[in-house]
Amino acid sequence: MKIPLSYNLRNLAVRRTTTIMTAFGIGLTVAVLAASMSLTAGLREAFRSTGHPLQLILMRKGSGAELSSQVSRESFNEAIKYRPGIARLPNGEPAASPELVNTVNLPSTESPDGMNLTLRGILPVGITMREESKIKLGRWFEFGKREIVVGADIAARYPDAGLGRKVKLGRGDWLVVGVYESAYPARNSELVGDANQLLAEFDRGPYFSSVLLRAQDEVAMQALVNSLNTDQRLQLDILTEKEYYERQSSSGNLIQYVGTFVAIIMAVGSVFAAMNTMYAAVARRSKEIGTLRVLGFSRRSILASFFIESMILALFGGIAGLLLVLPLNGLTTGIGADATFAEIAFRLRLTPGVALASMGFALVVGAIGGLLPAFGAARKQILTALRDI
Amino acid sequence: MRFLPLIFKNALRNRRRSFLTISSLALSICLLGVLTALYAALFHSSPPPGQELRLVTRHKVSITNVMPTWYKEKIRAVPGVKEVIIWQWFGGWYKTEERDRQYFFPRFAAESDRLFAVYPEWEIPEDQKKAFQADQTGCIVGADLAKAQGFKIGDKINIKGSFFPINLELTVRGIYHSPQDSDSLWFQFKYLERGFESLGWPNFAGTFTMLADSPESIPGIIRAIDTQFANSEAPTRTETEYAFGLSFLAFLGNVKMILLSICGAVTFTILLVAANTMAMSVRERVREVGVLKTLGFTQRKILLILLGESMAISLIGAGIGLVFAQGLCTILRQAPPVVQQIKTLTIEPAVLAILIAISLILGLASCIVPAWNASRTSILDALGFTD
Repeated sequence: MKIPLSYNLRNLAVRRTTTIMTAFGIGLTVAVLAASMSLTAGLREAFRSTGHPLQLILMRKGSGAELSSQVSRESFNEAIKYRPGIARLPNGEPAASPELVNTVNLPSTESPDGMNLTLRGILPVGITMREESKIKLGRWFEFGKREIVVGADIAARYPDAGLGRKVKLGRGDWLVVGVYESAYPARNSELVGDANQLLAEFDRGPYFSSVLLRAQDEVAMQALVNSLNTDQRLQLDILTEKEYYERQSSSGNLIQYVGTFVAIIMAVGSVFAAMNTMYAAVARRSKEIGTLRVLGFSRRSILASFFIESMILALFGGIAGLLLVLPLNGLTTGIGADATFAEIAFRLRLTPGVALASMGFALVVGAIGGLLPAFGAARKQILTALRDI
Repeated sequence: MRFLPLIFKNALRNRRRSFLTISSLALSICLLGVLTALYAALFHSSPPPGQELRLVTRHKVSITNVMPTWYKEKIRAVPGVKEVIIWQWFGGWYKTEERDRQYFFPRFAAESDRLFAVYPEWEIPEDQKKAFQADQTGCIVGADLAKAQGFKIGDKINIKGSFFPINLELTVRGIYHSPQDSDSLWFQFKYLERGFESLGWPNFAGTFTMLADSPESIPGIIRAIDTQFANSEAPTRTETEYAFGLSFLAFLGNVKMILLSICGAVTFTILLVAANTMAMSVRERVREVGVLKTLGFTQRKILLILLGESMAISLIGAGIGLVFAQGLCTILRQAPPVVQQIKTLTIEPAVLAILIAISLILGLASCIVPAWNASRTSILDALGFTD
């Protein structure tokens, strides 16, 4: 026969202070884990949901990131732009955008010393290919002018780069004429301007950084990759846009390792604390256990009952921990991507997966902490238990 | 003092509980110790001798943005600067490093004529120094690196270019010992320059490393260099070599805040665990308090005995935790150094004092309320107390 659950709940309610303290201790442990997991989940989501499935990024072989890559205007015009398999834009032009990438340093609300941001130079075709980026405030920059537009995350985090402000890039000041919002989160952390103007500003000569291509369809994409790879003149690394951003999500790994390590050590501490609480509960309820046995509850039921009580305690702890982390959900923060030396903004995400994993973690703590005391309770002899004070 | 044996006997009464509490405290204090040591090492340590005079100038944005080489003459002219060399980080791949991290080690190009003047603490035989300086494709390797990768004098080392599309074919000409960094490879900047020429690239410098004449002149040098280039095409950032290493850490996010909030969470957890146990053990003992009072113990003495017990438990926990923390620090010191500061990671006396103080305060805070209540219970109530 099973001991009713209300017995456990009432017991926990009677020992309110102890219950709250133990649950809260477990809660803090869960909070550390959940916070570090939401951070990496948010970062991963930002990178994973960036990139068009049919788009390719071309970079110089071995460069690893757009920042250190170079592709000359000549090789773009002669060997890349008119390759078969590239999709056509509504105006009949091939969907091939040579882009310049550089980093610039701007002071933000979080770091007055300045953080690095990605600056991207594009040609008109680049704007056409960015259908998912919509102007929120102001307008797109005009070609031939010293104007830039900034991503929504930059506008929000860097007051100096707001609409109508002048930003120093390279040698001189550039006017911010618009704020755009892209469906691809990583793009919202960029400043975008006229590639030709920026090439001159940074003395890059005829060297773009990378080329963004859109293939007609998946079959054409594979053929395009093959034909680019076999072209000896080019020496390019070709990645799908998805892959390129996916790779960068490793930037948050260190934080995840540290967070998990700390949470595990804290969890061992919490297991001891839960054990303490449960042992005390068993000791204090010795007589009750005896009575339950006299009433005919089996050892198994006693074992299950105390084990369940510990799990309920852990459940409260897990809920407390998630509630503690809840305010962090959606919070925007920045992290330096290893590949670009530039900051990317992302939102912390307390995803269902993170919540489930944290809850599971709490329950494991409760299970380990409750097992030994529950065995202790089940092993008690009826007579000695009844005689205990 | 007289009651010390009583306090210990009390602490040992419920051995299992004391063991669990002490283990839990020890783990938390161990974690707190390592984190505080890390915080202290990163943000409050001072550079080891030999390094405190060295400064690094880089492009304000990052080391991947470059500066013109003529900056060197301007920097040399700044009062207080004794020596300055161009220093360039070179990525690249050694053997199958692209897939295999075991072949990773830092590689730098530097101007060999003044390299040893900027790093006066390096020990390297005079003939090896000369051989390195005389060979444009020569290189020197740190003693630790030589041991790890099995490099000997005369060995050829080929590095495939990545960030710079230049393949290096180097010959080991010397092995140096340095108290700070003995796991890097240094080759001639001239070799890299030749590579730039063949690519048609303009000449540039990634960083300038300089030696100041005295610690007093460092703030002045930093100001002089950074204001001089503030409005040029390549604004600079000058900092001590020690702080320069930390700037890489800034990319990981707000490390300071992350460390502090974890420390806060850990401390609060300890407080909960300790308070919970003490409350339990005091509540079990209310009757005993009645007996003690009957025997003539004053309220104050009872309070002191209970507080003493809680503090003894947290001190023991802290002691064990700190021993483990020191052990963990030793292990972390062997880990591949992300930043140089980790190499000397240890529990400093100041950190030790802070942690012991924290554990005493926790012991006190966790027990004060239940102990106060118990000690104030009247004899009759206490003797008739059933939990």
